[in-house]
Amino acid sequence: MDFTYAPAPESRSIVDLKASYGLFISGQFVDGHGSSFKTISPATEEVLAEVAEADDADVDAAVKAARRAHTRVWSRMPGSERAKYLYRIARIIQERSRELAVLESLDNGKPIKESRDVDVPVVAAHFFYYAGWADKLEHAGFGTTPLGVAGQVIPWNFPLLMLAWKVAPALACGNTVVLKPAETTPLTALLFAEICQQADLPPGVVNIVTGAGGTGQAIVAHPDVDKVAFTGSTEVGKAIARAVAGTGKKVTLELGGKAANIVFDDAPIDQAVEGIVNGIFFNQGHVCCAGSRLLVQESVADELLERLKRRMGTLRVGDPLDKNTDVGAINSAAQLQRIRELSDVGEAEGAGRWSPPCELPDRGFWFPPTIFTGVSQAHRIAREEIFGPVLSVLTFRTPSEAVEKANNTPYGLSAGVWTEKGSLILHMAGALKAGVVWANTFNKFDPTSPFGGYKESGQGREGGRHGLAAYLKGGDL
Amino acid sequence: MARDTTRIDVRKTYKLFIGGAFPRSESGYSYVVNDAKGKFVANAALASRKDARDAVVAARKAAGGWAGRTAYNRAQILYRVAELVEDRRPQFLLAVQQSEGLSAAKAGDVLDAAIDRLVWYAGWADKLTQVVGNANPVAGPFFNLSTPEPTGVVAVLAPQESSLLGLVSVVAPVVVTGNTAVVVSSYDRPLPAVTFAEVLATSDVPGGVINVLTGSAATVGPWLASHMDVNAIDLTGIAGDTALATDLEVAAADNLKRVRRAPAAEPDWTLTPGLDTMTDFVEIKTVWHPMGV
Repeated sequence: MDFTYAPAPESRSIVDLKASYGLFISGQFVDGHGSSFKTISPATEEVLAEVAEADDADVDAAVKAARRAHTRVWSRMPGSERAKYLYRIARIIQERSRELAVLESLDNGKPIKESRDVDVPVVAAHFFYYAGWADKLEHAGFGTTPLGVAGQVIPWNFPLLMLAWKVAPALACGNTVVLKPAETTPLTALLFAEICQQADLPPGVVNIVTGAGGTGQAIVAHPDVDKVAFTGSTEVGKAIARAVAGTGKKVTLELGGKAANIVFDDAPIDQAVEGIVNGIFFNQGHVCCAGSRLLVQESVADELLERLKRRMGTLRVGDPLDKNTDVGAINSAAQLQRIRELSDVGEAEGAGRWSPPCELPDRGFWFPPTIFTGVSQAHRIAREEIFGPVLSVLTFRTPSEAVEKANNTPYGLSAGVWTEKGSLILHMAGALKAGVVWANTFNKFDPTSPFGGYKESGQGREGGRHGLAAYLKGGDL
Repeated sequence: MARDTTRIDVRKTYKLFIGGAFPRSESGYSYVVNDAKGKFVANAALASRKDARDAVVAARKAAGGWAGRTAYNRAQILYRVAELVEDRRPQFLLAVQQSEGLSAAKAGDVLDAAIDRLVWYAGWADKLTQVVGNANPVAGPFFNLSTPEPTGVVAVLAPQESSLLGLVSVVAPVVVTGNTAVVVSSYDRPLPAVTFAEVLATSDVPGGVINVLTGSAATVGPWLASHMDVNAIDLTGIAGDTALATDLEVAAADNLKRVRRAPAAEPDWTLTPGLDTMTDFVEIKTVWHPMGV
């Protein structure tokens, strides 16, 4: 069967892009002292805007603003009042959801279907959820004393969602924040700054400084930052852990992963195929908890792979703003390069590479959905995080072999289990060293549900009641 | 002291406790342990890098089985440890008096507190999950449950001053949740830790769950902090040594160990502990499953 789709692009006219953006410090957009950089649309390489690169002095100004706001306003305000600001923000996010979704897809390259139906709704839900905690902290079990100023550094894969995961609990607990969005995806964070203005959030409670690694380091190293929250690579996470050694700074880290998605022979196979596709091709595989290692029970491997390939043949890769698009653009040239490199290594090491026939646009950064079969645990594509739409397929015979292979990684962020047998699910869920286990589902996120990794996938949890611990004094968990 | 002066007493050799056995240090080194007044008491084994690594191997080997025990079973075993410490009161009293230079009455208080602390932690085995776990009401048709699980192998630098109460206060919370431990005792006051290890060996604690090294935290600590098969480290035993604590935190970052930081000074062990003593070394695991027909 041949399906052709007429283009169904979402209009980008709702987004009012400025030619250049400053830093958001103490409630105002200000020019930075540093240089500026361009942020582009990864789908077209079109320059979207110029963004200021915050230097050490800018970061210092932002931290000072945050400290002032913490001391004079935010820490003194009753939780019930803080809550109302957060509810306001949640509501404005809902009101401006279309604009946020379009801007997110423009700057990040993710399909509008995902930014519209996943990212932005979950962002609003996150603020709504933590708003309600602000005046109930004494019931949460971690005390009620905020840490002070939180320095937060977030990645480019879920720009606005990661902002929400960081900012909402921090503010609910009475902290103020200095947040740095990723270099390649600063725009929704800057739009969020406008939302803070619309909400009349007191100046300095949220400060947003754009920049690259150097700006992030300045935040982490700043002596008046009480808390560092980072989502990104394990390599940078380790550098942060070293940088805060010997200080009193509290740290939470959400880092890389190499999740096993385990399919048993009695699994509902079509649902499993959907779960596998969602697990690795959601957000172009730019997901720290992506199900990037498929472990399939040997007896159903052939059938499963056949169906998986058939399903992959229906994925539409292309314009992120097209409402039919399933797989959007790779976020940056650098990331595309890394995906290509590791995929070439996979081929060179002897794994079988397959992608469905798929036309890729001429401009922009693109990589077709790809699977590697015949992968062994020694292969680099089975060990290293690719962070792209690339799935490594391994097989197993027994549940204990599946557990051993799944846990044979320095990571431990997430895992998937597919079987109709309840007792096997609970056995596997217990045995897997992963902070999130999705059974007969994958890549589900909710503000009430704690998220975070074992081992080198990070420290601490974000989301849920447990997520409050990261922003309160004496709150350990 | 009306002792029979015609008989020569049989003295104990104080050894390490690794994997349920009592080896001497692989290095062949020992060091002199004096009592609080400076009088010779015994030679203690001086744990080496190799001993630390052997202990980690033993702890890793024991980890799966211990974590797989029921919480009720772990509770009973820890309670059994309390029973046996109580049973050896005179021995521990003497050891604490010698180590810490306390009067008999004060040493008795310390011993009481140590035993009670073990009982307190034993009771947590099957309650912590209920207190720190959560059912999460996600916005969709899913069952969603968060529970604390052991982090894995935990290196514990035990306090330098409180040789028994401090020791049990850092060891019990680590193992009650299903972790296994490699413990470096107080350097100057190691003997209560060895006697405690002898209790562990006879109280149904599986070999390897708690390994006790006598020696220097400054020497052995760095090997444990940088060991890639150790999941977490408690730096309580180097309280006040900021430079060493910073070094160990940096080393621990190599595999992102969970770190319980060194306090500025040794804590007051008579205070009731907080849950953080346990939750610092657990991982919250969240399991999702769809609901539907």
